[in-house]
Amino acid sequence: MVAGAAMMASAGAPVMAQETIKVGILHSLSGTMAISETTLKDVMLMLIEEQNKKGGVLGKKLEAVVVDPASNWPLFAEKARELITQQKVAAVFGCWTSVSRKSVLPVFKELNNILFYPVQYEGEESERNVFYTGAAPNQQAIPAVDYLMSKDGGEVKRWVLAGTDYVYPRTTNKILEAYLKAKGVAAEDIMINYTPFGHSDWQTIVFDVKKFGSAGKKTAVVSTINGDANVPFYKELANQGVKATDIPVVAFSVGEEELAGVDTSNLVGHLAAWNYFQSVKNPSNAEFIAKWQAFTKNPKRVTNDPMEAHVVGFAMWIKAIEKAGATDPDKVIDAIVGVEAPNLTGGVSKMLPNHHITKPVMIGEIRADGQFDVVWQTKDLVPGDAWSDFLDGSKDLEADWVGKKCGNFNVKTGKCG
Amino acid sequence: MSRLKSFCALCLCLLALALHAPAAQADAASALARFAEDSFPETAKAIEELGASGDARAQIILESLAAARLFVDPASRAVYWRTASGVLHEAASGAPVATPPAGLQPVRINNRLRTAIQNELGALTLMAPDPARRRAAAESLFKARDPAALAPLENALKAEKDPAIARAFAQARAAILLASAGASNEQRIDSIALLRARADMGAIAALRSLHESASADAKGLAGDAVAAIEGRLRLMSHVQNVWYGLSLGSVLLLAAIGLAITFGVMGVINMAHGEMVMLGTYVTFLVQEAFRAHAPAWFDLSLPVALPLAFLATGLVGIAIERGVIRFLYGRPLETLLATWGVSLILQQAVRTAFGPTNREVGAPSYMSGAFDLFGLSVTWGRLWIIVFTLVVFGALLLALKRTSLGLHMRAVTQNRRMAASMGIRTPWVDAMTFGLGSGLAGIAGVALSQIDNVSPNLGQSYIIDSFMVVVFGGVGNLWGALVSAFALGVANKFLEPLAGAVLAKIFILVLLILFIQKRPRGLFALKGRAVEA
Repeated sequence: MVAGAAMMASAGAPVMAQETIKVGILHSLSGTMAISETTLKDVMLMLIEEQNKKGGVLGKKLEAVVVDPASNWPLFAEKARELITQQKVAAVFGCWTSVSRKSVLPVFKELNNILFYPVQYEGEESERNVFYTGAAPNQQAIPAVDYLMSKDGGEVKRWVLAGTDYVYPRTTNKILEAYLKAKGVAAEDIMINYTPFGHSDWQTIVFDVKKFGSAGKKTAVVSTINGDANVPFYKELANQGVKATDIPVVAFSVGEEELAGVDTSNLVGHLAAWNYFQSVKNPSNAEFIAKWQAFTKNPKRVTNDPMEAHVVGFAMWIKAIEKAGATDPDKVIDAIVGVEAPNLTGGVSKMLPNHHITKPVMIGEIRADGQFDVVWQTKDLVPGDAWSDFLDGSKDLEADWVGKKCGNFNVKTGKCG
Repeated sequence: MSRLKSFCALCLCLLALALHAPAAQADAASALARFAEDSFPETAKAIEELGASGDARAQIILESLAAARLFVDPASRAVYWRTASGVLHEAASGAPVATPPAGLQPVRINNRLRTAIQNELGALTLMAPDPARRRAAAESLFKARDPAALAPLENALKAEKDPAIARAFAQARAAILLASAGASNEQRIDSIALLRARADMGAIAALRSLHESASADAKGLAGDAVAAIEGRLRLMSHVQNVWYGLSLGSVLLLAAIGLAITFGVMGVINMAHGEMVMLGTYVTFLVQEAFRAHAPAWFDLSLPVALPLAFLATGLVGIAIERGVIRFLYGRPLETLLATWGVSLILQQAVRTAFGPTNREVGAPSYMSGAFDLFGLSVTWGRLWIIVFTLVVFGALLLALKRTSLGLHMRAVTQNRRMAASMGIRTPWVDAMTFGLGSGLAGIAGVALSQIDNVSPNLGQSYIIDSFMVVVFGGVGNLWGALVSAFALGVANKFLEPLAGAVLAKIFILVLLILFIQKRPRGLFALKGRAVEA
């Protein structure tokens, strides 16, 4: 059956292949992660449709190939292989969780293709075949903590690091803990708490946070709680009366989409750190929101940070193809470093030799209507740092795919790997 | 009454205005000009100036600012406030405006400004006619510990008639005295005694912020007081854990009660049970949408209306599943398991297609939001209602099984299907009804769980394992077993959680459960039924 389909595809191929460039979209459309990833599939379809209206690229139309890895990590690798070997896509836009990215990495390396990964992540990685258009920890976590330590953020002295028990929160909290200690925060002023995926009973933990916050020092919660667990967490915060003016919660995984299921009137003032907010006032953002709502035929549909990452990543990819004059992955990988594309917040992001991009960092406060008010943002764009400067194992490592052709070059020993 | 209050407030304002008029006018005007700047430092200064101005409009302007109802017209730089009922006023004159100017921008604030507004409002509302507002003012001053508030607080304390609010004022004064450098030793020692009697987490925070210039004597007393309060709170935390455990137990029981019928009584391994709960939450969502669209004033009634609808809807889906799939698979547990798992995936994806993959918002009616204080124990209304609701559902189910003819037939079929059939009971009909009842119960569980969890297509998955755990631990086929086991698991979990963390607590509970099942394979209360015979 599959072979038959493949044969039919190859029989029709000579005509089709002349005309289109295939783009793989590898986002879960079913299972737990569908809640976040379906939107990214839609935004990619919109971007491709728009590019085709402009005449495609290199005189060819783009063709989206959508597969559903169903929130199943090994299936991500299988579907990636299918996209590259059978569908012969020129690049893939996909993945959300770090574990899905780790699962497809070997496939992209072996088959030498390109992955654009649009979600904020824990860093400590730089691969030749992957372009990280989401935030590295220095583009989200560290500035958020800096903001809370500042006068405007409330001069926080005591910290709760709460997260879901998996690789992204654990690594981020390790970096944050090292950073806070370097800033002179005592060990007893840091409380670290992990909860299972989909945790729904937050009574004890919220109470513990209140207790920890009653030590007479300003306390804040840094939340790397993921996905579904956030709604019951925020509901419990509101129920137990934890106000943002008493104990602010700054979240790294809560955006406009996640808040769509919550009554935010009791959460006003809690924070999120991102590189994009829907509420940013800017002509290009207004145009994007209008196009998105028209495309989804839903005038209330929200936009969020990973969507913007795909917008920027896709624009960079198109420019790199035009620069290289070909869609061949090797040529695109060489051409894309240094390519610039406007982001939706008024700046121009640039692809760096470590395959991360420059981004503005913004802190937003939750409003009663479920949107965010930007209360602070960096003056310039911040370059993404693959290897954290605050962890022992990684502070000597640098990623440079142009000069050194290496993702983890050790500056002390002068060796790659 | 309210007219009298506003009249008094007006008199007070006029009096204040008469005393301060010229200076106040100038201050308020400069504050309003600062609001138009749209910068946080300028807004901070404006809040301070307004608070100090004694201007009659200060309170309403600050309240509007806190509620994001203060606007600036970028063209004319005039400031406006909008009342809660939607009437726009020009701030400079205080006069209502009929046609709002185009392009009004809200004055933005951040948490720091929100705190500043609270403090200024605290000082302004110390004399407010409404006791709840005076109490709120005392609380915000207690938290802020701002020495500038001491003088107005003293005046308010002298004027206060209500003993409870006077105590709150005295505690706020004590907290300020402790943190300030100028207080005398006697004042500090009195304050420590007062806060020790308050005995809550706020008191600990205030005691810990004792100014460093305090005598060794006072420092020692403060340390003792903190230790005493902490000891009391530690004791309270056990009560707290029991309460949290009961609350978690009630959620477990609610999720499992339907399964106790379909799996416990009928012996069907129903993997689609969680999806029935999920369907119940979506029925709640639809009902609330209807209320929002057609009768927003009656929103509080949305949950009682959703209950019977959720029961009917999920019950019918349950009957359809039983008639369409399960009845062909009785006595083949493995096939039932796989088939119902397939059904659960179909239902999930169907809901995802119909409603989209993102969470849907289910609001809390007023009687289910907020918390109240019971002897230092913070009890949230939502949780309390869920416990009450669970027990009512449980009681009703027991009655239905014991006292109705359907209940009698169900028990008869469970105990001996062939004999029941030869007595003239239509066993296939009883099977369908029983499955429908179990599914309907899952549906009404969904109505309650929509209050504390996500309304998303994935909701069911997070409850299926816990539900099976409760039924297996309690003893298959025994409703009382499910009750005891749900509360036991809940309380055990909540006592382990502070010690071991949420992840390990869950693992411990599972390991203990496995060991227990090794020892007693039929659970706490074993019953004879079709499931155990098979």
